[in-house]
Amino acid sequence: MLWQCIKMAMKAIASNRLRAFLTMLGIIVGVVALVVLVSFVTSAGDAVTDQVEGLGTDLIRVSIIDDGGRPLQLDELPAFTAHADIGAVAPTNQISATARFGHESGQASVVGTTFSYAGISNLELLSGRFLQTADVTNSTHVAVIAESDAEELFGTSHVVGAELALDGRPFLVVGVIADQESLTSLLMPGYTIYVPYTTAVRMSDNLASAVTTIMVSASGTDMHAAETAIDEMLLNRFRRDADAFEIFNQALMGEALGQITHMLAMLMGGVAFISLLVGGIGIMNIMMVTVTERTKEIGVRKAIGAGRWSIMLQFLIEALVICLIGCLIGVIFSLGIIEVASIVAGDLMDFHLSPGAVSVAMVFSIFIGLGFGLYPANQAAKKKPIEALRY
Amino acid sequence: MITLDQVTKVYSIGGEEVRALDGASLHIAQGEFVAIIGPSGSGKSTLMNIMGCLDTADSGIYELDGQRIERYSENELARIRNRKIGFIFQSFNLLSRMSAEENVELPLIYQRLSGRERKQRVAEMLALVELSDRKSHKPTELSGGQQQRVAIARALAAKPSLLLADEPTGNLDSRTGKEIMALFHRLHAEGNTIVIITHDQNVADQAPRRIRILDGRVQEVA
Ligand SMILES: Nc1ncnc2c1ncn2[C@@H]1O[C@H](COP(=O)(O)OP(=O)(O)O)[C@@H](O)[C@H]1O
Ligand SMILES: [Mg+2]
Repeated sequence: MLWQCIKMAMKAIASNRLRAFLTMLGIIVGVVALVVLVSFVTSAGDAVTDQVEGLGTDLIRVSIIDDGGRPLQLDELPAFTAHADIGAVAPTNQISATARFGHESGQASVVGTTFSYAGISNLELLSGRFLQTADVTNSTHVAVIAESDAEELFGTSHVVGAELALDGRPFLVVGVIADQESLTSLLMPGYTIYVPYTTAVRMSDNLASAVTTIMVSASGTDMHAAETAIDEMLLNRFRRDADAFEIFNQALMGEALGQITHMLAMLMGGVAFISLLVGGIGIMNIMMVTVTERTKEIGVRKAIGAGRWSIMLQFLIEALVICLIGCLIGVIFSLGIIEVASIVAGDLMDFHLSPGAVSVAMVFSIFIGLGFGLYPANQAAKKKPIEALRY
Repeated sequence: MITLDQVTKVYSIGGEEVRALDGASLHIAQGEFVAIIGPSGSGKSTLMNIMGCLDTADSGIYELDGQRIERYSENELARIRNRKIGFIFQSFNLLSRMSAEENVELPLIYQRLSGRERKQRVAEMLALVELSDRKSHKPTELSGGQQQRVAIARALAAKPSLLLADEPTGNLDSRTGKEIMALFHRLHAEGNTIVIITHDQNVADQAPRRIRILDGRVQEVA
């Protein structure tokens, strides 16, 4: 009986293709909106999460907020690495400066740090060397620059040995690193240039020599152990004042970002769901017309022996089939749109179909088909046979 | 097998009562071929609708196959129509989207017969009305006479105990009408119980038993 009903539904739909398609359009648009929007949001979220993870989920950042008159000095840091759970520790500070080479110039964020930073942030050295301990000790004017920044400023990435000016002071480029797909480099325009920590301190009137930001990596994969270790050591250092510093775990940030994208996806999905509902109303409208148009058919079927339930099932399945075909077309359209978006976005972002959105669209389409098909189907089922025959 | 006793059916339109059937009594035995004649508006279709369980009487008794058809539920009536009654309409009432074969198959689907049984029965019925070579044709691709033969095959498919035909030749030219009447005679000879409603005296004259209906009352015609 069910299979017969599906066959009848297909036949009815095939007999009026244009109308069926127009009826489906609402569902198609709704499904496309749902699938594409949610896919975009989750794709973007995944990309951001990837980048955060690219920064290293095995990375902890500590900010010293209030040192209580006992500032943390650079030479205290090596003691932290002595702990078994901690891999490396690097201080960072940051100033803004104008970078110039010949006629080319631009705003640069100058990061002052030490040798350990390269390992902690997974920097990949392409040529030359990274900052060394001697550079920090002697406050030398050396700089490490990212590949694409070098190409922009110098016109080439073979810049080891070249000289650039930062706020008018000459710096020798000693190393080139691969571009980091970091969140900060995405959000902040301009060059990123690494210089010795002490050199950066001297370049700026505002930077004190005291360490206020530390990057910490775990010795193994156990982030929690490393976090606990640094927390305990800093508590000891700052007389057990928990407000003296703040520990920021990159992995937690990833989780937080995940939650934000999830919420955003839900929101978008909710908006798209409304258009799906409107599509459902369209289906109900057409089904009402169909039932009226086919009153005679209903009468004949009843005369031949169709019960209430058979007629009900027939029209319900017709609405359901329309919804599911619409859903299928919508998913196919969505695939196309996402494919095109991926091509347009290029390397910037990789869009992919969200399987969750597809299943939600599928389930909603079924419920909409049943929900909005129910009333017209019942109208059909309750027609009196003689009256329907006389129509 | 059919007994009507003092059956009445009253329609009221705008406060005015129309007694479509006014104490109609009738007995039809198994295997009979009966023509019901009467002028337009005399209550023939009303009578057929009650006999066919499409409608129920306001008062009186209707017995089909020893079963009193009274306050049955809609679904029970549908079941009786499906198993016991074969309808043939003046305007054929085939479903236009379906082929001849599929139209004949329809009552069998509602009987929930298996696919194999249905196929076999449909082939048998189309052969009976000599339309095996037109089984894939849609109603619009068939002549009026052919369409009525498909409708007869559909009515017969469920092997009903009673064939009810309301003006079956009314939409056909006289030659095709004669062919259809010949088919009814053959079906009667094979043991089917047939009731034909007509206002055409020529058609009625071919039936072995004739009943006249006038102002909702039934009388035997000698
Ligand atoms: N559904 C209805 N509502 C009101 N009056 C009806 C209805 N059906 C039939 N009638 C009336 O009942 C009478 C008998 O009708 P019907 O049985 O169709 O006659 P016939 O088939 O002999 O022409 C007619 O006067 C007709 O107007
Ligand atoms: Mg009539």
